[in-house]
Amino acid sequence: MPDGLQLNLAGVWQIKGKLPATAEVEQQLQSRPEIKQVTFNGTDITDWDTGLLTWLSKVLALCEAQNITTDLAGLPEGVGRLIKLAHEVPPKKDTGKHGKEPPLLARVGESTLATYRAIPAMLEFLGEVTLSIGRFFLGKAQYRRSDLLLIIQDVGPRSLAIVSLISFLVGLIVAYMGAVQLAQFGAQIFIANLVGLGMVREMGALMTGIIMAGRTGAAFAAQLGTMQVNEEIDAFRTLGIAPIDFLVLPRMLALIMVMPLLVLYSDLVGILAGLMVSVLAFDIGVFEYYQQTIRALDLSHIAVGLSKGTVYGILIAFAGCLRGMQCGRSAQAVGQATTSAVVTSIVMIVVAASVMTIIFQQLGI
Amino acid sequence: MSVTATQATPAAAHIEVKDLTMAYGSFVIQHDLTFTINHGDIFIIMGGSGCGKSTLLRHLNGLMAPAKGAVLYDGTSYWDSPAEEQERIKQSFGMSFQSGALWSSLTLAENVALPLGEYTTLSPAEISEIVSFKLSLVGLAGFEDFYPSEISGGMQKRAALARAMALDPDILLFDEPSAGLDPISSRRLDDLILELRDSLGTTIAVVTHELASIFTIGNNSVFLDPETKTMIATGDPNWLRTDCPDEKVRTFLNRGET
Repeated sequence: MPDGLQLNLAGVWQIKGKLPATAEVEQQLQSRPEIKQVTFNGTDITDWDTGLLTWLSKVLALCEAQNITTDLAGLPEGVGRLIKLAHEVPPKKDTGKHGKEPPLLARVGESTLATYRAIPAMLEFLGEVTLSIGRFFLGKAQYRRSDLLLIIQDVGPRSLAIVSLISFLVGLIVAYMGAVQLAQFGAQIFIANLVGLGMVREMGALMTGIIMAGRTGAAFAAQLGTMQVNEEIDAFRTLGIAPIDFLVLPRMLALIMVMPLLVLYSDLVGILAGLMVSVLAFDIGVFEYYQQTIRALDLSHIAVGLSKGTVYGILIAFAGCLRGMQCGRSAQAVGQATTSAVVTSIVMIVVAASVMTIIFQQLGI
Repeated sequence: MSVTATQATPAAAHIEVKDLTMAYGSFVIQHDLTFTINHGDIFIIMGGSGCGKSTLLRHLNGLMAPAKGAVLYDGTSYWDSPAEEQERIKQSFGMSFQSGALWSSLTLAENVALPLGEYTTLSPAEISEIVSFKLSLVGLAGFEDFYPSEISGGMQKRAALARAMALDPDILLFDEPSAGLDPISSRRLDDLILELRDSLGTTIAVVTHELASIFTIGNNSVFLDPETKTMIATGDPNWLRTDCPDEKVRTFLNRGET
């Protein structure tokens, strides 16, 4: 046939081996514009799989572009049928996925606007939570008491070990750091003031807050996020149950109730660590240390610490639940929600700590 | 995959399940399963809900170890083989999970390309051609750059099939591939399964409830019974439908109408 081209294929055509290029065929087709038909002879093909099919797809596309007819009859049985199956559904066009990446300034603008647009969503969530707490006090909130108790158990007693460890070590560090300085003046007894005030006013609440942000805030975001992925939250909505009441409210309440108790516990452990350092390393009597601590602390200091702890608890639960409820529908989104929950709550804790410390100083409490 | 090898040995046993007992801890799911899947079979795993079909699939793809008994591939027992041998056998499997199990941080193209990148020496350009071809086989041409969360459940399922077929495995395992697909996609899927078997000689095991599908594609099957916790029939589903001695199987295959 003068206007025909026969391609003889032989050997192994598998993706685990090396596949030939289509350049040679392309060259032939271009140098001989008289070719009107391409046929194939595949009798010498020993093994084949998708490797043959993709190569063939490229050749067929080349031929189609130049209006050359093709005949697959000479190829192994099934090749033609699989090619046909692959082309049965036309490719999706205009998916909007092949656009160029926008320029740097546009991206900076986009992400700034996205941050800005996130604020109303956060405020909306804050409003919903407030209304939900209102419904709770009116006894109208739909939630299960057993859920609340389970969450309290999870955030409270189950956190005691890690809170003990961190508080003990922080108390120990504060005592040692202070003692070395105070010893220069022979004022070791003031270790009790330093540790007592430091733990009760600042460190107890701060350390507990950061532990709970990592432990509980992250867990809230991951739980709610996974429920979002599994459409469990939509299932609540279709039943007419507000997910805020059923899922967020018990988590908020649990943390608000438990945080002050954990802070109090943390203070106590920190003071005990200070006592241990004073008694063992700096020769201060147990009773002496106790007396000095009692003199240094009064109820207002404890109230300052507890109020800080409560605020941190609210912030952690808020950030964890917010990020969980905002989670997208994929495993990756759950990871992002969890990360974002921890980062948001730690940032909010530190900002709140600074603001409250300044306020309390100004008020002279 | 070797087409000539499968043609040279028709009806040779590919996967043999011998006295298999499946259990989670001491909780037995199914016991004493013995059946053979031949080269080029389209093997249907059927039975009522909760009878252990998916668990059986997890035993066939090496994810779960048998509590008792053995699973043999071309005569080699998977769990009695050294680790390298297990790796080699595993590469001949392609599995599509019930809910797709696409990696959500990767686009569809990247999902299909990952096994190709790991186990072949193809260039990125060749890989992307193969990926496009596989996606067009399941009717998803043009969706290369979508993330799994951006497409529908049925499309995710088909993309998962494309990933399972990425390496042209000798054995394809499908867990309810057509559940959630529209009738046309579902018919196309049946065509594709038949074609993969006919052209490439792939051995295929399918968990499915779709009776139409069972009779169209299946040429061999096993029926698991949740009450007696063992298999009560094996063979061609078209034959079981009319001539199975066990009434439970006949009822199942006739949608409860006798």
